[in-house]
Amino acid sequence: MQVLLFASLAELVGSRALDVEAPATVGELVTLLNSGWPALAGQSYRVAVDQTYAGLDQSLSGAEEVALIPPVSGG
Amino acid sequence: MIDVVEVDIPVAEVLAAVDGPGEGAAVLFVGRVRDATAGSAVTHLDYECYREMALAELAALASEAKASHGAAAVSIVHRVGRLEIGDVAVAIAVSSAHRPAAYEASRWIIDTLKERVPIWKKEWHDDGGVWASDHP
Repeated sequence: MQVLLFASLAELVGSRALDVEAPATVGELVTLLNSGWPALAGQSYRVAVDQTYAGLDQSLSGAEEVALIPPVSGG
Repeated sequence: MIDVVEVDIPVAEVLAAVDGPGEGAAVLFVGRVRDATAGSAVTHLDYECYREMALAELAALASEAKASHGAAAVSIVHRVGRLEIGDVAVAIAVSSAHRPAAYEASRWIIDTLKERVPIWKKEWHDDGGVWASDHP
């Protein structure tokens, strides 16, 4: 599964997308990301699944478009 | 009109898009690039977005403004890329039968846009760039 990164998170990690093995839930994805990419641990972000903000208990099939959304600052 | 663009925002068209025979009031909000933030001089800004989701969230804001805040028509255009001081970063037009709903919905849209639409700005100062996070 690909995880899209934006703005400050893309700069921290040095990439705009990460390849991870598809976890069962958003919560598991966050745990996996924070251990695999220490630069992400402690960062503030929300997870979007198919362009919609998702809760930690949302399940994943692996076919979704997943993105990490750091604090937004539009306007 | 709902869009994210990389060129000058056509502000007059954003406003015209909410015209309607029953709409006696239209409020236009224009957000411009400021030359300073928290007392520190800004030279320019870089905006980036998650385009598909930003468009979906802007459309959702327009729907919610109509369903819950009394707006009759809503038009929102945000610009991304490099913006100079004074450039228009966002234009929001709201129309309604009477002015209270248009003012209220306009304020709600810009406040909520800043909380949830996936657009990010980097503020450039003489000594480098800093990602702004209005809602950490």
